[in-house]
Amino acid sequence: MVEASGAGDIIPPAAVEDVELYHPHSWWTRYVFSQDAKVIAIQYSCTAIAIGMVALVLSWLMRIQLAFPGALTFLDAERYYQFITMHGMIMVIYLLTALFLGGFGNYLIPLMVGARDMVFPYANMLSYWLYLLAVAVLVASFFASGGPTGAGWTLYPPQAILSNTPGGQDWGIVLMLVSLIIFIIGFTMGGLNYAVTVLQGRTRGMTLMRMPLTVWGIFTATVMALLAFPALFVACVMMLFDRLAGTSFFMPAIVEMGEQLQHGGGSPILFQHLFWFFGHPEVYIVALPAFGIVSDLISTHARKNIFGYRMMVWAIVIIGALSFVVWAHHMYVSGMNPYFGFFFATTTLIIAVPTALKVYNWTLTLWRGNIHLTLPMLFALAFIVTFVNGGLTGLFLGNVVVDVPLSDTMFVVAHFHMVMGVAPILVIFGAIYHWYPKITGRMLNEGMGQLHFWITFLGAYLIFFPMHYVGLVGVPRRYNEIGETSFVPASVHDLNIFITIMALVVGAAQILFLFNLAWSLRHGREAGGNPWRATTLEWQTPQTPPAHGNWGKDLPVVYRWAYDYSVPGAPEDFIPQNQPGTYPTREAGA
Amino acid sequence: MAQVVQTHSPKPHLPPDGRQGFVSDWASDQQVFKNVSWGKAMMWIFLLSDTFIFGCFLIAYMTARMSTVVPWPNPSEVFALTIAGHEVPLILIAIMTFVLISSSGTMAMAVNYGYRRERRMTAILMLLTAIFGATFVGMQAFEWTKLIHEGVRPWENPWGAAQFGSSFFMITGFHGTHVTIGVIFLLIIARKVWRGDFDTERRGFFTSRKGRYEIVEITGLYWHFVDLVWVFIFAFFYLW
Repeated sequence: MVEASGAGDIIPPAAVEDVELYHPHSWWTRYVFSQDAKVIAIQYSCTAIAIGMVALVLSWLMRIQLAFPGALTFLDAERYYQFITMHGMIMVIYLLTALFLGGFGNYLIPLMVGARDMVFPYANMLSYWLYLLAVAVLVASFFASGGPTGAGWTLYPPQAILSNTPGGQDWGIVLMLVSLIIFIIGFTMGGLNYAVTVLQGRTRGMTLMRMPLTVWGIFTATVMALLAFPALFVACVMMLFDRLAGTSFFMPAIVEMGEQLQHGGGSPILFQHLFWFFGHPEVYIVALPAFGIVSDLISTHARKNIFGYRMMVWAIVIIGALSFVVWAHHMYVSGMNPYFGFFFATTTLIIAVPTALKVYNWTLTLWRGNIHLTLPMLFALAFIVTFVNGGLTGLFLGNVVVDVPLSDTMFVVAHFHMVMGVAPILVIFGAIYHWYPKITGRMLNEGMGQLHFWITFLGAYLIFFPMHYVGLVGVPRRYNEIGETSFVPASVHDLNIFITIMALVVGAAQILFLFNLAWSLRHGREAGGNPWRATTLEWQTPQTPPAHGNWGKDLPVVYRWAYDYSVPGAPEDFIPQNQPGTYPTREAGA
Repeated sequence: MAQVVQTHSPKPHLPPDGRQGFVSDWASDQQVFKNVSWGKAMMWIFLLSDTFIFGCFLIAYMTARMSTVVPWPNPSEVFALTIAGHEVPLILIAIMTFVLISSSGTMAMAVNYGYRRERRMTAILMLLTAIFGATFVGMQAFEWTKLIHEGVRPWENPWGAAQFGSSFFMITGFHGTHVTIGVIFLLIIARKVWRGDFDTERRGFFTSRKGRYEIVEITGLYWHFVDLVWVFIFAFFYLW
């Protein structure tokens, strides 16, 4: 233990005078057009979960088709591609990105750094309404003539542009691109808020190296999103021109239905580069908030300070930076120069170093901790296991020679769903179980929660473990049915049925979760202000749920880092960040 | 809120240097960028994000230009004007660039007068900047019209690679949109300055927050950025 001394000893006067908040006068401005980050967070989360349920149902339909081809008569090959596309796009962008940054970011950043609100509440409100508009445009494509686009979530040209393919027919692709553009504009408004609030809006004593890792994760992801979404924005604008204005940015000379098209001279690979320059950071835009949140869940529920706090911060920052130079590992089979593949394989494998460091530190935080197997803790543990599993198959796919044969198989689907689907979703569940008491003042029902956890966790493995095998024997992805193929053994068909049944069960468990959310709102146990006995500022608010402005008359002052758990000599096993006094601290670098 | 709070026994210590010092400076209390307002920080981060947008546009254009199999039209012939019987290459672009860079000068002067709280002068200079900006957009419209009359379309042109027209309209159009938005903001802020909103602490229509003269500087940051982007477009599109 280190005697406290350092830059944080003397807390200087406030650098910025206390902000004036917009005070709502009516029900509309209080709950609908609200400028309160907490209300916006709940709006974001509810919209994201609602659209996520659509994507969940799509995955059910696809799994039914794979297990029992032809059972759903309306689900022809074209529909199947449309469902694949919408499932992927909704889950990655409209659910995960929106929920982590718009939902948790909005709720937790101001509370955790001790601010009254986001720095620009009005832009923050606009951010949500643009997001809602983007979702509406996306949903509208289900009802447009020809249905939504079936280009696959990567929207690769030329087939996303040609008018006689599942990708490019009718208005689906146009609505998709417009929706993405609106989403990016909306996100930028929110993202600037999150970044500036963390950089410039912290309370007295809250140095960057005292912030909870949740804030570090969300902040780094936000900065990455502000730099990565521009590439998607540009790709969308150019593709929109290719589609509507007859340009040929991404279109080579091409023959469709026996006719030479007007297009020519463009490069489809250019789109892939632009897309993946966004697409790979996007993986970490989703993963870094999950990393941050899971660190706080583990520390709180193991009653122990996070192991290697500074290392954890640096790992987040380094992963964020490295993720901008690995994008072409998604393009090994695109025909680009093999030397590129060598470079990108190297950078990809280097990312494993800071990532592994984080996993070790989570494990070491658990070591000899006072582990409480609460629901958030269960989900956090499930995340670590799942993330390691998904990460290990990532090492396979990061290598060019292994990736080339596996690239178009279900192995990729399994890997991707483990590492970017299941793992962050488990964190989202853990985070909701953890912060629901602060948001509503009541605990979620424990029994339903346990059932939900075990079905989701075990079920996810029963879905995706067999899928690795299906991929290894060579079953291609994105095929709506395999049919009679000599290299596919009969066991694959049995496994497909098994996977589908498990997918239906796991999906049903999510309905139980949603029921729990609604039921506990009224019938849950009263939580009190700090049910988990946690140190971070959001648990120290005068009211629960926190009122508009968060802190009452005076802003909190921070005296210590976020992880003073089980400090020897302290009367309790946690010391809140805003508690003055001479207790020793375990603060890193103090 | 102004008192100094002490947590532990104050021990004299020297600030760390080297990498440690860099980190502790950045990570210090409350603000990373000392005495930088929220609005200014937001504008800088936004401009960083916008840099990536223009960067992607320009890189995409350069990729198209290098990979196309059809010859690229010669910019100094395409962008020439016939003045008094002489073909003068790039003359319009030269004037446009001169106008836009001059507008950066008037903008910088407006910022200066803003901090001196000379309302009239600030508003007049901002108005002048807006006029320069509008002139630029007007000349761009003239250039577009001329090229369209000569047969340049997003999907084809008389001289070579189709991507010439598509890139030209897309990039100059996107930049022109930025200039137009800038002109609109300049006019709005100039009106507020003229009316004295920042002296009377009048609240904003949408945000209901009080504004400050700093907004002139923040608008200026955006304006200078748009100018800087033009320099790159000029270099990569017209001079290459």
